Amino acid sequence: MSRRLGHVDRVGVEERVAQLGTRSIKTTAKQQGIRLAVSMVDLTTLEGADTPGKVRNLCAKGVCPAPNIPEIPSVAAICVYPSLVATARAALQGSGVKTASVATGFPAGQVSLEAKLRDTEDAVAAGADEIDMVISREAFLAGDDARVQQEIARIKDACGEAHLKVILETAELGSYDHIRHASMLAMEAGADFIKTSTGKASSGATPGVCLVMLEAIRDYGDRTGRVVGFKAAGGVSTSKEALKRLVLVKETLGDEWLTPDRIRIGASSLLNDLLLQYAKTETGRYGRPEDFSKE
Amino acid sequence: MTTEQQRTSIVWDYAPAPEATDHVRLADRYGIFIDGAFRDPAESRYEPTLNPATEQPIAEIAWAGAADVTAAIDSARAAQPKWAALPDRDRAKYLFRIARLIQERARELAVVETLDGGKPLRESRDVDIPLAAAHFFHYAGWADKLRYGVNAREVAPLGVVGQIVPWNFPLLMAAWKLAPALACGNTAILKPAETTPLTALLLAEICQEAELPEGVVSVLPGGGDTGATLVRAPGIDKIAFTGSTAVGRDIQAALAGRPTSLTLELGGKSANIVFEDAALDQAVEGIVNGIFFNQGHVCCAGSRLLIQESVLDEVIAKLWRRMGRLRVGDPLDKNTDVGAINSAEQLQRIETLVAAGEGEGAHRRTIACDLPEHGYWFAPTLFTDVSPAHRIAVEEIFGPVVSVLSFRTQAEAIEKANNSRYGLAAGIWTDKGAKAFEVANALRAGVVWQNTYNHFDPTAAFGGYKESGFGREGGPAGLRPYLKVVR
Repeated sequence: MSRRLGHVDRVGVEERVAQLGTRSIKTTAKQQGIRLAVSMVDLTTLEGADTPGKVRNLCAKGVCPAPNIPEIPSVAAICVYPSLVATARAALQGSGVKTASVATGFPAGQVSLEAKLRDTEDAVAAGADEIDMVISREAFLAGDDARVQQEIARIKDACGEAHLKVILETAELGSYDHIRHASMLAMEAGADFIKTSTGKASSGATPGVCLVMLEAIRDYGDRTGRVVGFKAAGGVSTSKEALKRLVLVKETLGDEWLTPDRIRIGASSLLNDLLLQYAKTETGRYGRPEDFSKE
Repeated sequence: MTTEQQRTSIVWDYAPAPEATDHVRLADRYGIFIDGAFRDPAESRYEPTLNPATEQPIAEIAWAGAADVTAAIDSARAAQPKWAALPDRDRAKYLFRIARLIQERARELAVVETLDGGKPLRESRDVDIPLAAAHFFHYAGWADKLRYGVNAREVAPLGVVGQIVPWNFPLLMAAWKLAPALACGNTAILKPAETTPLTALLLAEICQEAELPEGVVSVLPGGGDTGATLVRAPGIDKIAFTGSTAVGRDIQAALAGRPTSLTLELGGKSANIVFEDAALDQAVEGIVNGIFFNQGHVCCAGSRLLIQESVLDEVIAKLWRRMGRLRVGDPLDKNTDVGAINSAEQLQRIETLVAAGEGEGAHRRTIACDLPEHGYWFAPTLFTDVSPAHRIAVEEIFGPVVSVLSFRTQAEAIEKANNSRYGLAAGIWTDKGAKAFEVANALRAGVVWQNTYNHFDPTAAFGGYKESGFGREGGPAGLRPYLKVVR
């Protein structure tokens, strides 16, 4: 069957996000927004040099990001490679912070389906609560929607109880029409969350991309009644940018979506900027990066 | 509190974000502006101008009478030959100065526009004031290229022009009128609207700062009687009017048989047409921008929404949900989307027509929102089950009220869109390029937007068909009404 794309107007999308980008978030709104953003962070480390020691440090940071600011909540999850899931899981025991793992030949996804399934099963067996998979962009761009969906469905099965976040890698899809289409494919195939990027591509969770995916989530929810979450990842590294993403959620999906059960922000350097900006709202002074631990 | 509770207990709303007003220095009282200076009107009459969001007076404003009109015409007449005789590039220099001064005082002008007119600061800051500056920049560039703009070997200014502007975009409409008139070598007498005179008076201050020669611009605040006197006064070579069709008719009758040229930009009941193959989410944004921008106080507002039947329910559901997110209230708050209705009189007109819509059997939905206790407010309203014969489908409401009609085919959409005594603007929403051009060519409307709405640019001509008026403003076409071709 040939592919039928829905219509998304690029100019209209960009005008809408530009307008929402002018929302003024000050005083108490800024404080609450920053706390909310912290609670949604999937604190991430995805480097070849990751070690159990580094992951344990990151977990401690995620559970209690700012020991001297008690009102700052824990992050939502710690996101690591499959080989470090067991370490993270042990470090997070009893904290309420979830263990998330990338899988499926992250970030390119250019391995066989069998390898992707095995990767996923390993991560789940090691105790991952959440799996971040990547779609096969080569299949999507070649027009093979069926293969994209079959892979997602198979991996969803392999996840068992674990939540599945499906990364579209929007920078490689080429247009908003494609991003909306890929969002729908992923949701129909069983995604619990749809996610913008691996963080390894040329761009990530731009406001326009986020808006198009949030609108797809809303329309899919209207049609099926199923709630699918959204994860913005890639390029959201400042408080200002994080708050702009929350504005998009608030004004597209509504206040009931402003919870870490439904919205995540994947990031490594964002957390410390959130803490710095929060401290600034308290003290009126800009802090220094050294005020908070790196990990 | 446990981590889990901490996480789920965070509620997030925007805190009030009022724009600061302490940088604005308004006088208690403003006179009329003639010969490059402010002075008392001959009859010494002053009236307060109100903030429609609070009903509090902001300043006392002169009310120009017949003697003031005569004085302004004499001043403009005396100044005109010298102004026209200036090297073209020198006239351009003054216009560039005015444009830059508008930019320099943008923040102040935005706040005053919002205080005096009730429109959200987001709009005055991001639309009205930048566009006003852009118009002066644009026509500054034309001042030494006039004959290329109208395809003539030699052109000459008309002389003294009277310009009457409405209350919905006070400074922007003044810029639309003054910039081309001055670029072409005319001198101008500007009559701002009764409810929104302040930014025109600040523009007079800017003319002083720019050292514009005396008499080139006069500003005569006042009411309808001031405008009527200006229209009927001898010694005016051209009238340019933007406002209601009723007043436009009166002006045209008054000028019949007189050697005064005229352009009119009047009302509208513009069709915004959504086809089934449109990008629907962006169309919904365009519908919202088309009718709720500036509380619907827009002559080209997309007040007649035509939706293809196959997507009617889906678009209305999306639109209604989107309307629920509009933030109505304090116009000075930077997050406000819909501000105050401009005047008690306008509010009453909206209420009358909305009551007529309900009386005729259309289905009314108005969003739930807390409206301030004082001031003039009308919450965004959607009418469905509207018949083309209903008053709300025919008459201009000039408020945040949209009437939805449906159509089945492209031919029916065109027929319905054109079935209006107005013809100012239209919107077309489709992903098919060929269809967009075909429909645009069939529409009898001066402006047709494709996949956008209420998008203004100084390079584009704006104006109407039928009872929406005649003459064009903006771009090279906007020069023509201010020039005569000599040979």
